[in-house]
Amino acid sequence: MSALSNRSLRTWLHGLPAVDQVGAEARAAALGTRSIKTTSKAWAIDTAISMIDLTTLEGSDTPGKVRNLCAKAMLPDRADPSTPRVAAICVYNDMVTVAREALGDSGINVAAVTTAFPSGRASLPVKLLDTQDAVTAGADEIDMVIDRGAFLSGDYRTVFDQIAAVKEVCRSNPDRADAHLKVILETGELATYDNVRRASWLAMLAGADFIKTSTGKISPAATLPVILVMLEAVRDWRGLTGAMVGVKPAGGIRTTKDAVKHLVTVNETAGPDWLTPQWFRFGASSLLTDLLLQRQKLRTGAYSGSDYVTED
Amino acid sequence: MARVDVRKTYKLYIGGKFPRSESGRSYAVVSQGRSQSFLANAAQGSRKDVRDAVVAARGAFAGWSGATAYNRGQVLYRVAEVLEGRREQFVADVIASEGVTRPRAERLVDAAIDRWVWYAGWPDKLAQVLGNLNPVAGPYFNLSAPEPTGVVGILAPQRSSLLGLISVIAPAIVSGNTVVVLTSEDRPLPAVTLSEVLATSDVPGGVVNIVTGRTAELAPWLASHHDVNAIDLTGAANAADVDWAALEASAAGTVKRVLRPAGDGPDAVEPDFAPAPSLRRMRAFLETKTVWHPKGT
Repeated sequence: MSALSNRSLRTWLHGLPAVDQVGAEARAAALGTRSIKTTSKAWAIDTAISMIDLTTLEGSDTPGKVRNLCAKAMLPDRADPSTPRVAAICVYNDMVTVAREALGDSGINVAAVTTAFPSGRASLPVKLLDTQDAVTAGADEIDMVIDRGAFLSGDYRTVFDQIAAVKEVCRSNPDRADAHLKVILETGELATYDNVRRASWLAMLAGADFIKTSTGKISPAATLPVILVMLEAVRDWRGLTGAMVGVKPAGGIRTTKDAVKHLVTVNETAGPDWLTPQWFRFGASSLLTDLLLQRQKLRTGAYSGSDYVTED
Repeated sequence: MARVDVRKTYKLYIGGKFPRSESGRSYAVVSQGRSQSFLANAAQGSRKDVRDAVVAARGAFAGWSGATAYNRGQVLYRVAEVLEGRREQFVADVIASEGVTRPRAERLVDAAIDRWVWYAGWPDKLAQVLGNLNPVAGPYFNLSAPEPTGVVGILAPQRSSLLGLISVIAPAIVSGNTVVVLTSEDRPLPAVTLSEVLATSDVPGGVVNIVTGRTAELAPWLASHHDVNAIDLTGAANAADVDWAALEASAAGTVKRVLRPAGDGPDAVEPDFAPAPSLRRMRAFLETKTVWHPKGT
């Protein structure tokens, strides 16, 4: 670690092959045109539901709202208990206790956003304490934001060190398994696909278990070409090290069609090994509603409506 | 030099926009009467277009039903103004679509515009006519007031392509409902022109959604749709391969309000739209809300 300097990181990251912007966008658009029907669609819908990190990250979150969300996570469609459960609940760290209590031993994880989410503008000790709070309260997964200011000014070492330090904190609860670390790149602020690729590699080098596109507070959030670039990064990382890293698009994915496009892209880019909740997640809230409506349509043969699903 | 024909390929009207059919299909519309000449290509809507239209109608419902009755009246009157400006086009559409003479077509168009004006006067009067202060044996004001049903699916009349069309759309939206209209299968052109009128007037997008295509293909999806609150089966009469009783049975699955076609069973007939209308069509898509309010103290 001590040999790792900003300069060596910079040399290495800037040595990564540049992203062909036109090619990446064309490839993503082409993958988005695949037609997924009938049994494949049913599989895709169920898989997508099981991959959701059901998210509420509002200043107005109340314990009641979080408990509601947990109830929805455990039983997404009251009319059909065969509906799969979502993967996790994603909340601010002060709501972790509430969510943990509401979810009990359902097997649904609690993810907490930390490190001065969403801006990430705080000193390292504050970020670590923020994370420590969530880990102590029983969070299974930590969604941290990188310091985009440091990244954009070329201070890769700072970004690296912060991720590594947060990773250490994730391992600090002796009573529980290590919390999974998801690193939010906030690709909407990174400006170029080259930066997305560099940030992905930087996060993986520093020990990320997951790389996540966005906070959901910035537009554009998760776009398909960005996901494509990130999936290429985790694929190449596996080729290099043998280890798998997960990917989580978040923000802006609202319809079943969007979700299916993402699943197609995962399958065609990283491979089918990533098509499980362990390695691919959707950060979303309204997406679940649309998936349930589509699921009801497949089950009953008639189009469903918002009166037949719970509103958040 | 002979001018090259400007051939038209129309699109759907959903959510205030003119999208192509998701299916990419279209069908040729021919004139009625002896010549059967080509008029235009109309979009052949699919079930997914119907779905999108219902989503648009649902999205527009809160705003339209929440607008003041006075405002809805103004907006509808503005539509009549634009209709009047397009009078000549409607006359041509009706001649081609219904195979009638020009004087007859002019009378039909005038009647249609007059009818729209008539309905435009109703939004702020419905509550007075259909609402009530009910006498009750207790110290309460007991008030009943009509409220819109919600999203209304409309099978537009197959034959009366403009007067009939307006006579089914206007009464549904007067009270604040939003509608998804399946046009006459063989005579959709006046409906297409009406969508251009609506798009250039002040009616918010999504309040009226117009889908052209095969009635028998699309109507079952509208009838079974869980997010449609009422269905007007007027256009089931004279429609090819449409069994309105089956549609009503399907609509019962979600307890929709159903306005049956005129006539009995399989002999459903299209009503004569010429006589002055009653409150019937407006009343068909209303719910009555009754409120008990304590008196005194």
